[in-house]
Order: sequence, then C-alpha cells, then structure tokens
Amino acid sequence: MRKAARLRSPGNSRLVVLIPYLWLLALFFVPFVIVLKISLSQTVMALPPYRPLLDPSAGWAGVKDFAAHLTLDAYALLGSDELYLRSYLKSLEVAGLSTALLLAIGYPIAYGIVRSPRALQPLLVMLVVLPFWTSFLIRVYAWMNILQRDGLLNDALMALHVIGSPRVWLSTDTAVYIGLVYSYLPFMVLPLYAVLDKLDPALLEAAADLGCTRVRAFWRVTFPLSLPGVAAGALLCFIPITGEFVIPDLLGGSRTLMIGQTLWTEFFANRDWPVASAIAVALLALLLVPILLYERLQKRAIGETP
Amino acid sequence: MEDTEQPLVRFDGVSKRFGALTAVDRLSLDIRSGEFFALLGPSGCGKTTLLRMLAGFEAPSEGRILLDGEDIGAMPPHLRPVNMMFQSYALFPHLNVENNVGFGLRQEKVSRAEIAERVDAMLALVRLSGYGGRRIDQLSGGQKQRVALARALIKQPRVLLLDEPLAALDKKLRAETQFELMELQRRLGTAFVIVTHDQEEAMIVADRIAVMDRGRLAQVATPEALYERPNSRWVADFIGEVSLIEGRFATPGVFQSMIGRIAVADKTATLGETAWLALRPEKISLGTERPADAANAVAGTVFETGYRGDRSVHKVRLADRSLMKVAVPNNAARGGLSVGPGDVVWLSWPDDAGVVLTQ
Repeated sequence: MRKAARLRSPGNSRLVVLIPYLWLLALFFVPFVIVLKISLSQTVMALPPYRPLLDPSAGWAGVKDFAAHLTLDAYALLGSDELYLRSYLKSLEVAGLSTALLLAIGYPIAYGIVRSPRALQPLLVMLVVLPFWTSFLIRVYAWMNILQRDGLLNDALMALHVIGSPRVWLSTDTAVYIGLVYSYLPFMVLPLYAVLDKLDPALLEAAADLGCTRVRAFWRVTFPLSLPGVAAGALLCFIPITGEFVIPDLLGGSRTLMIGQTLWTEFFANRDWPVASAIAVALLALLLVPILLYERLQKRAIGETP
Repeated sequence: MEDTEQPLVRFDGVSKRFGALTAVDRLSLDIRSGEFFALLGPSGCGKTTLLRMLAGFEAPSEGRILLDGEDIGAMPPHLRPVNMMFQSYALFPHLNVENNVGFGLRQEKVSRAEIAERVDAMLALVRLSGYGGRRIDQLSGGQKQRVALARALIKQPRVLLLDEPLAALDKKLRAETQFELMELQRRLGTAFVIVTHDQEEAMIVADRIAVMDRGRLAQVATPEALYERPNSRWVADFIGEVSLIEGRFATPGVFQSMIGRIAVADKTATLGETAWLALRPEKISLGTERPADAANAVAGTVFETGYRGDRSVHKVRLADRSLMKVAVPNNAARGGLSVGPGDVVWLSWPDDAGVVLTQ
C-alpha cells in the first residue's frame, strides 16, 4: 500500500489498484458467470448443447424469456446421484491426506534448508524448484514408468529384498498419493522456507535462555511463528489437489473417481454441460470454506495465548 | 554464604576462536556477587562473545567458566541460572506482553496462579502494569525494552546479562533508562553484566568496568580509576578525551618532552624509560597571559574549537606542531574566557594533573 501511495499522481495510483480488479473481472468473474449460467440450463442435443440461450436482440422480453427457462435441475441431479457426493468426498479425502503428507515431508525439508549454510541455501531452493523445468506431464508419465509392474520401484524393492515378487503400484491410491506429493512439494516447501527464513535466530536463543530445550523451543516458538507458512502451503496444495484431474487420471485406478475426473466425464463423455458446470460451481463453493477459514485464522493469529 | 571471597563468575583462561579469528584470547576475569559490571570496548573486541559464553550460546575453545565455583562450560543455556536481555530484545511476536514475561516460568513447574502473580509483580517493577494484554507490536521502543528486561528478570537469575540493552533507544530515553537500570539493580541486588560500546553509559551505570581490546582485557577498574588512572595509552585514549605527550624522565619529577620540561608528580616510569604523559582536557587551564604561579605553562595557537553547550573543547597547536585538547566550561557569567581559532593562548597545569603511562 505504501508503495502505491508513493506514486506521484493520484490517477496513477488508482490505475494501479484497478489492474488486479480488472484482471479478476475479465478472467475470473465473467467466466464464472458464464459457467454459472450454463449450470442453470438444461442439456439438449444441439449446438451449444444446452438451453436456454440468451438472445440480446430480443431485448427485455428475451431476458425475461431466458430467466423463465433457468432451472436447478443440474444441482438436483448432483444431490440425487451418490456418484457426485462420493467424488467430492474422495477429492476432499485425497486432498486432505496428501496435504498432511506434504506438510510432514515439506516442513523438515524447508527447516533443513533454513538451517543449512547460508551460501548453500540458494542452491537448495533451486533444487526444490528444479522439477518445474520439465513438463508436468512428462514427469507424471515418468512416474507411470517407475510404478509399473516391471518398473524401477519394483526392481529396486526386489533388489533390496524388501518384496519377493512385483507389487501392483500403478492404478492404486498409493500411486495417486506418490504423484500428488511429488508434484506439489515445491508449493509446500517454498512458503514454509520463506517464513522460516525470516525467523530471528535470537528468538530461539531467547527461548533457550528462558529454559526451553531445543525441542520445546521448536514447538513453543518456531512452529507457532511458522503457522502462516503452514497455512499458505496447505492452501496452495489443498485447493488445486481437490480439483486435480491429470494425476488421478493417469496414476489412479478407475474405481475411485475424484471430482475432476467426474467433471471431465460429464463434459466430454456425456456432453452434459449443465451438470459439468454445476459440479464446477459446487466445487468452488466447497473450496471457499478453507479460504475463509484461513482468513479468520490470519486475523486472530497474533495476540493469542499459547 | 560462607565463602564471601568466592567470585560469582570467574573466567579462567578463556579463549574463543571462530576459525582463524580469535575473538577472546586467554582471558581471566572475576565478577563479584551483586555488582553492576560493564564489558566495554570497540566493536569486534570480543565483549559480546564473552557475554554469549556466559549465557551458554558459545562454548569456550579453552579455559573454564565458573558460576558460584561450579564449572558451567558444558551446561546448555536452558539449564544455566543466568538470563539475558538481547540487543534486539528478541520478544516473541506471537505472544502478548504477559506471556512474554511469563515465558521463562512456564518452562518450569510453576502453577498458573503463581505465574500470573509473579508476572504482575514484574510488570509493576518495570512500570508496565496494565500492559499485560498488549501485543508486542503495539509497544513503543522503550516499552519493548522494559518487557525484555522483565522477561529476563522473572526467573531471578544469578546474573542478568544485558547485551547493548539501550542501543535502540534515543539519547534522552537512554539517559533516563540508565538511571532506572541502576536503581533496579540496587533494589534487586542481582549481579548485572552489561555489554556496551558506549563508554559514557558504562561509566554511569557500572560499579566496575572491564575495558576490552582485541579479545583481551586492557584494564578492569572502577569508572573513576579508569578515567583518572588508565594503565595504558590505549585505555586513556578510549575512555574520554586525552592529550598524550611522549618523553622520558631525565631526573625524578622532570619529564623531558618535545614541548619542553614538564613537572610531573607521578613517578610511575623509571628514569630514561620512554613514557607518555596523559593529560585530560579539563585538567588544563587556558589563559591569554602566561600564568605566574603554574607548575607548567606552554604557549600555543587555537586550531579548532568545538562548542558542546556546557563546555568548549579547544584544540591548541603547540610549537612542535602537536595538538593538545583543552576543555573550558562555558560559564560566561563568571567571566568565562572567549577564544577562537588563531588566538595565541597559554596552557597551564599543575604537576599532579597528568598520569604517566609506560605502555
């Protein structure tokens, strides 16, 4: 805010503030209204495959006619068929568990980077981000290769005599979790690193001075102060994983569908645009819950008793 | 206590090396129970390292550190009966004032009721009653400083360590806080060890001062002894202002120097040995005429004048081109002298005004 205020002309600063809003309006709100509109339509065998269509040339009558034909049928279907509910729950389960796994793996990594020699840190951060240099799809295909019956994982486990015969990895939930944790790890590590890196080492010395062992100092000082990073990392992982399509589709089995896959099926296989849109709108509503929780958490983050 | 001679803290041949750098070099020092002790020196002299070794944040490379006669070298910081007030205060931003102050007690088996009681008493002591619920970022610099002090004192440490505790305060507040610290120390009777690079601050607050230079002790003495009887040119120059005149005693009481023969009462140096006469600016009198009865008098030209409100410090160039500093109180009402650059003046001082230094 201070930076915006420093710009000399008030017109300029207003423009600067407007840019993100224009961006959101054009690339988020308008498409969302279109999706919402489609979700309130009925599917038909036509082009586009839904009715009613808004006819601007008919003027006010056209709008009235259009509004009269809007329906909540697609949402009613979401409620009536258990398939959708199960997809949503599966998505939340997968997102929740993989976020927990990401936190359990990402936190020690971020902590380790912060504690390593200063000169080494940029390199370590680089290594965390390095996978982005390769196409995401290629990396998922690589995992398919590793996880298949005669893949690297089975070879390695058998060479180490951990297992006697090849296991089935591909097309299981385990494969989905491996793929998700692998792909989203940078999104967990980077916000945690940013928060932990800013932590004043004198705070830990003060904690030790006041009687904390290293472990206690971590739980009483480091961890509470890193909570904003934990929340940011968890949100950055949880939200996209809930709507994830590629990883469960390529690595997971056909029996457990996440909501992204269900949406894909409705849209491309069933050509049911209204239901597909309704799924998307409901997913968005669902994901607002953690975001609002995060906002509330941030507001009361400071000044709480431990 | 039976053995009153036992020092509270003893550094016994302590060294600390960081790689090739020797921060503290075979240093031995005793700190007594109940005293306000200052570690004074320029930055990089090792004073903070010494303090951090006492707190347990650094382990000595060699030597022993004794607290109440017990070697605490291997004791981790969280077990030492010593608390520290950090230069940055290091207050926990996620805790309010009350929980910051009570933090140390929460690590012990102290009941909640007792913690609350002792926190209240501590906040009253540092004049922050009623601030317990405040967030740290709602406090002024001076209030933060007092919270940090309360937090370090609540566990009733054997020694309170203060690392540049007033450096972040503005000059006026710093002066007030210095007196508050002294009063607090007298009331509690706890030994305070303060690290500072501000010699004026050390002189005001401390009972004794250890002046450090490149990892070693230059001198340990009371403020008065340090100022009046420094043991080396370095200390004389570091503490306050001084003019140093090089020479040697030709006969007892007569100091032969570049500016002539000077009558000196101090008999520290042996005859013929190279020595320096240290003269404090305020011990020299300034006049426009040669004083008739002065033990020593020398003429010079005012080179530069620094006005400091209560006094002016003149740099006077003597015949041998050396500069001598003279402080003159600015009491115009009592017929104070007004001289400026270019004026020819006479400097005079009695034979007991200076100290002879051989190092």
